[in-house]
Amino acid sequence: MSLHNISIRVEAETGYSVGSLRALLAEIAAHLETLARDGASGSIDLNSLPFAPGEYEQLRQLLGQGEVSAHIEAIGPSEVIETRYPGVWWVTHYNVEGDIVADMLEITDIPAIIRSQPEDIAGGLELLRAQLNDEVQQ
Amino acid sequence: MNEHDTLGERLAQQGISRRAFLKFCTAVATMMALPPGAASAIAEALVKAMRPSVIWLSFQECTGCTESLTRSHTPTLENMIFDMISLDYHHTLQAASGFGAEKSREDAMKEFYGKYLLLVDGSIPMNDGGVYSTIAGRTNLDLLQEVAKGAAAIVAVGTCAAFGGIPNARPNPTGAVAVSDIITDKPIVNISGCPPIPVVITGVLAHYLTFGELPELDNLGRPKSFYGESIHDRCYRRPFYDQGKFAKSFDDEGARNGWCLFELGCKGPTTHNACATTKWNGGTSFPIESGHGCIGCSEPHFWDAGSFYSALSMPASPLELATDAAVVGAAVGVAVSVANRAKKDAAKSAHTTTTIADLEK
Ligand code: SF4
Repeated sequence: MSLHNISIRVEAETGYSVGSLRALLAEIAAHLETLARDGASGSIDLNSLPFAPGEYEQLRQLLGQGEVSAHIEAIGPSEVIETRYPGVWWVTHYNVEGDIVADMLEITDIPAIIRSQPEDIAGGLELLRAQLNDEVQQ
Repeated sequence: MNEHDTLGERLAQQGISRRAFLKFCTAVATMMALPPGAASAIAEALVKAMRPSVIWLSFQECTGCTESLTRSHTPTLENMIFDMISLDYHHTLQAASGFGAEKSREDAMKEFYGKYLLLVDGSIPMNDGGVYSTIAGRTNLDLLQEVAKGAAAIVAVGTCAAFGGIPNARPNPTGAVAVSDIITDKPIVNISGCPPIPVVITGVLAHYLTFGELPELDNLGRPKSFYGESIHDRCYRRPFYDQGKFAKSFDDEGARNGWCLFELGCKGPTTHNACATTKWNGGTSFPIESGHGCIGCSEPHFWDAGSFYSALSMPASPLELATDAAVVGAAVGVAVSVANRAKKDAAKSAHTTTTIADLEK
């Protein structure tokens, strides 16, 4: 059974924070400023941050949900959500069992994982051609 | 299919898309504590990486290290790492037994001499000719020396292999020592912890695969990316420490408010590990988050360093007091080794049996 199936309620709404969220928001703002000015992307690995209990959930609430959300199926699901702040994306990768294997904020116009990859495009083209050939022969 | 072809070839055979691979590399980057942006560079290197042969020897240990790895919260990821290596010998996990098992080790050693990775968990008993732990009738010492000879590098998994661990705790009846006490002519990475964090084990393997070399190490041979900072440096209770707000017992007002556990014996300030950020049980929490101080299990001689429940600044003996006071102001990397040496000496001269009363201190 995956840990995520156990219903543990985290004390999110209590507003308990030791102050690290403010620092994190400031960092996001700095990245966003760079993106707006130079078009340079940035990312923050959420796994490497020492969240106090509930702070992670608070961050979710603070960033909220914007206009775009995408679901990817690639060796397990991935969620890509544009937050309330355009250019700030919350990207979460899960494995097949549903456990988080990478969790990050990407500050960019579009996260790389959404793009079709050149190798996959080439592979797809090959597949399509093969199908066309089959139909011609029939 | 060749057992030792490149990872790129294997992935293609399994029909894994490039996007899926990119996702995997992002997870690997996170695992190695590299910035997520490093994923594409990792992808490029990994596609060409050859699967190294790995021989895993278990000596005086409790199998907790293997449990930690195989029951880790990212089984698929760990599986993929296992896909990336060829685990040719691990006597707990392998199907072969008896002579067949030993033969697979000998075959791998012959075929990949000078190239295989040697993983070791458990300490090595030296007393009485090493009779306290044997495999296939041979002492751990004998086996380690033989297998280490042809290894490209050695990874000491867990505090026992890295520093001697619990078998090495006083009075150390078996004369247990660490891998590095015996093997001195090979690169050794110490992945300490009792048990070590699974993702640190796989992270080091991924690093070796990606870059073809071992990660940068601290003065105790541990990868800096995971052991570079102390628990205290990354602890979410740190603001309370800085404000002088300490829990005085496990059930007082301070404990309920989540204040710092320093006075309840937390060893976070002198312990280097990634628990505060990587956490345990699928990122659920880590000991301090559950309300118990850090016991310092990734540091040498943690078992003999006094009660888990007495504060670092209020140790049992005056000798420790003097040294630990110095720790606070000293450079952290150097300070830890000083503190540990002092603890060891102090522990030697003032050894007492641990009682229930100690736990209540
Ligand atoms: S609980 Fe331990 S690691 Fe955390 S701030 Fe207090 S002393 Fe440091």
